[in-house]
Amino acid sequence: MAYALCFLLFMIGLYCAVVKKNMVKIVLGIMIMEYAVNLFLIMLGYVSGGVAPIIDRASYDAQTGTIATQFLSASVDPLPQALVLTSIVISLGSLALMISICIRTYSKYGTFDITEIRRLRG
Amino acid sequence: MSGMTVIVKTVSSWVKVLIFLFGIYIILFGHLTPGGGFAGGVILASSYVLLMLAFGKSLVQKNLPTLIASKLDCLGAFLFAVIGVLGLVFGGTFFANFLYQKYLPGQPFDLVSGGTIPLSNIAIGIKVGASLFLVIFALAAFRYDTAGPDESGTAGQKE
Amino acid sequence: MNVPLPMFVAIPLVAAFILPAFGKGLKSVATLLANLVVLCLLAMAVMSIGQSRVYEVGGWSIPLGISLVLDGLSVLLLTAIGVVSAAAMLFSTRYMEQYTAKPKYLSLFLLMVAGMNGVVLSGDIFNLYVFLEIASIASYALVGFGCEHEELEASFKYMVLGSVASAFVLFGVALVYANTGSLNMSQISQTIGQAGVNVGLAFALSLFVAGFGLKAALVPFHAWLPDAHPSAPAPISAMLSGVLIKALGVYALARLIFNVFGVSVPVGWVLIGLGVASMVIGVFLAVGQWDFKRLLAYHSISQMGYVVMGIGIGALILARGGNPLWASLAILGGLFHLVNHAVFKSLLFLTSGSVEMATGTRQLKQMGGLVERMPYTRTTCAVASASIAGVPPFNGFWSKLILVVAAVQGGFYVLAAVTVLVSLVTLLSFLKVQRYIFLGELPAQLEGTRDNGGSMLAAMAFLAVLCLAMSLLVLVPSLREAVLQPAVEVLVKGVSSPMAVVSR
Repeated sequence: MAYALCFLLFMIGLYCAVVKKNMVKIVLGIMIMEYAVNLFLIMLGYVSGGVAPIIDRASYDAQTGTIATQFLSASVDPLPQALVLTSIVISLGSLALMISICIRTYSKYGTFDITEIRRLRG
Repeated sequence: MSGMTVIVKTVSSWVKVLIFLFGIYIILFGHLTPGGGFAGGVILASSYVLLMLAFGKSLVQKNLPTLIASKLDCLGAFLFAVIGVLGLVFGGTFFANFLYQKYLPGQPFDLVSGGTIPLSNIAIGIKVGASLFLVIFALAAFRYDTAGPDESGTAGQKE
Repeated sequence: MNVPLPMFVAIPLVAAFILPAFGKGLKSVATLLANLVVLCLLAMAVMSIGQSRVYEVGGWSIPLGISLVLDGLSVLLLTAIGVVSAAAMLFSTRYMEQYTAKPKYLSLFLLMVAGMNGVVLSGDIFNLYVFLEIASIASYALVGFGCEHEELEASFKYMVLGSVASAFVLFGVALVYANTGSLNMSQISQTIGQAGVNVGLAFALSLFVAGFGLKAALVPFHAWLPDAHPSAPAPISAMLSGVLIKALGVYALARLIFNVFGVSVPVGWVLIGLGVASMVIGVFLAVGQWDFKRLLAYHSISQMGYVVMGIGIGALILARGGNPLWASLAILGGLFHLVNHAVFKSLLFLTSGSVEMATGTRQLKQMGGLVERMPYTRTTCAVASASIAGVPPFNGFWSKLILVVAAVQGGFYVLAAVTVLVSLVTLLSFLKVQRYIFLGELPAQLEGTRDNGGSMLAAMAFLAVLCLAMSLLVLVPSLREAVLQPAVEVLVKGVSSPMAVVSR
C-alpha cells in the first residue's frame, strides 16, 4: 500500500517534469521524482517493530565478537540506507547543476518559459 | 547582498562557531553514531551560509576566499583517493581497511577504532563542506547581467 | 601483467580532482597531465585484452562487497573508450584554446572517462548507477561549456531528459533489490534463474529499457540528441556520440538483458523494434539537415539502431532456441558495428570541429570548395564518410555485411532489406556532405582559410588509420579470436557466462 503511494508520487513528479512550462517547475518535478525513488528504496528495508541498525554495547559480546541474534532479527536492513545516502548526494549534485543552468539561461534569454527558448529546431 | 540588523549579526557570530563545532563532531564520530562525512560536511557549509546571510558576501569573501575553498575541495578529494591507494599498497586490495587489519585495530565503540573509516570521513567532510560552500556562494553571489556573464567558468560544481 | 581493476577508475578520478587546482598559468602542465592520463588508460586497456577476472574492492567477498568484473565485453568497450578519449583529448589541446577555463574542462572530461570506465567494469547494479550518474552529470556540464544561448538550451534539455532516465534506472534497481534481495549481478542472475521473472522484475526490466534506451538515444527517446550533440564543443561531441551513448546505453542494456535477466522472446522483439525504428527514422530525418553537426547527430541515432537491431536478432534467435551460430554472428555484427561507429563517428565530429574552427560556420550551404584549402581534413573526412556509408574496404562495410548475412540466415528478410536501404540512404547523405563542403565553388568569405595542423591533424590521422585497420579485426582470424570473439561469447552464453557465476 505504501509502495503504491510512492509510485503515485513518482508519477506526480513525472507529470510535473513533462507538462510544466517554467524551467524551475521542471527542475522541481525532477527532484520530486528522485525523492520518490529514495523513499521507495528506504521503505524496502523496513521490519515492523524494528530498531535502528546501530549496535550498542548491550548487544555486542566483546569476548567472542558476536552480535546478539535478537538484535539481528529486530534491526532494519541497513543496505538501503547506504544506497539512499549515495542517491541523495547524487541528486544534490544534479540539482546544483540544473539550477545554475537555469540562472545562466535566464541571463541569456531573459525568461524562464521554455516555449520561448526555442532557437534550436529542425 | 548586504547584511542584516545588529541583533542578527551579534547572535549569528556566536552561533556560527557552535554550528561549525557540531559539524566537526558529526564528522569525527561518524563511525559510531549516525552522520559521517557527508552530513558533517553539509553542517560545516551551513555555518558559512549563516555568515553569508547575516553579514553579506563581502565579509565571507574575505573570511574564506573562493580560491582557498576551491583548493580545499581538491585537497579533500585527493586525500580520499590517497587513502584508497594506500589500502592497495599496504593491504592488498583497493580501499582495504589496512589500519584495522594490521596496525591500529583499537577497541570497538572507541573514537580510535574502525581503521581508515574515520580518516575517509574527515576527507569527505572537508570536501563536501568546501564544495557546498562554493556552490551556494556561486549561486547567490555572482551576478550575471543579460549582456554577458560576469564570471567565466563551469556551470556549477558537482560535489 | 595484471592491472588492478580499480586503477581504470582511480587514475582518471585522481587526475580530475587535482586538475582544478591548477591556475591559469599552469595550463600547459594541466594539458600534458591530462594527455598522459588518457594515454595510460589506453595502454592499460590494450594490455588487458584477453584477460578475465573479478576484483573485490576492500577485500570484502561478494555478497558483502562491491566487485569489479573484467571480461571480453568490458575489455572491448574499455579499448574503444581509450581510443576515442585519447584522440579527443589530443584534438582538444588546440581546439579548446578558444574557450576559457581549460583546466576545468580537462577535469570534467576525465570525470566523464572515469564514469564510463566504471560503468563498463562494474559487477553490481547500484555501482553501475553511481558511475552512470558521474558520467552523465559531467557530460551535462560539458555540453553547456561554452555558455552561449544555444548551448545552455541544449544542455537544459539534455539534463532534464537524462535525469528522468536516471530516475527510471534507480527505480528499476530498487525493484530488483526488492524482488531478489541482492545487488550483485551474479547473485541476481542465479536468483532469477531459479525463481523466474515475476511481475515486479518484468516492470523493472521495462524501466531499464526505458532508462537506458533514453541514454542510448533510441527512437522514442531520442529527442535530446539532435540538440545536445551539435551544441557541445567538437571533441565533446566526439566523446558523446562516440562512446557515451554506447557505454551508458547499449552496453548496460546488453549486460542486463543477456547476463542478468536472461533473454526471452518479447525482449528480443522489443530490441529489434527499437533498432529498426531508430535506423529508419534517424536516417530519414538526417537527409534533410543542412547543419553539419546536426546531420551527424541524426546519423548517430540511425547507427545505434544497427547495433541494437543486431543484438536484438541475436537475443531472439537465442530465446527461440535456434542455431547459436547465427545468434553469435548477429551479436558479432552488432558489437563490431558498435566499435566501428565509435571510431568513425568520432572522426567525423573531429573533422566537423576542424572545419568549424577554420571557417567559423557549420552550415553546409555556406561552405564549398574547401578541398584546395584543407586537404588533410578532406582526406580524413572522406575516409570517415566512406566508413559510415559502408564502402569496402573500410570497417563499416564489414560490420553491415555481417548484420545483413545474420538477418538473412535468421529468417528476417524484411530486416535485411531495411538494413540495405538505410545504408544506401546513409551513402546518399554523406555524398551530399562531401559535395557541399569540399567540392564546388569556394565562396568569397572563405578565401583565407587554412588547414589546421599539429595535434588536431595527428588525432584525426590516428582515427583515420584505425578506420582502415579495423577491417583486419574481422578478416584476420587470430585477431578476431583475441578481441571480438570473447565479447560475443559473453553475451551468447548469457546467464551461464563466467561473470554471471559467483566465484569463490
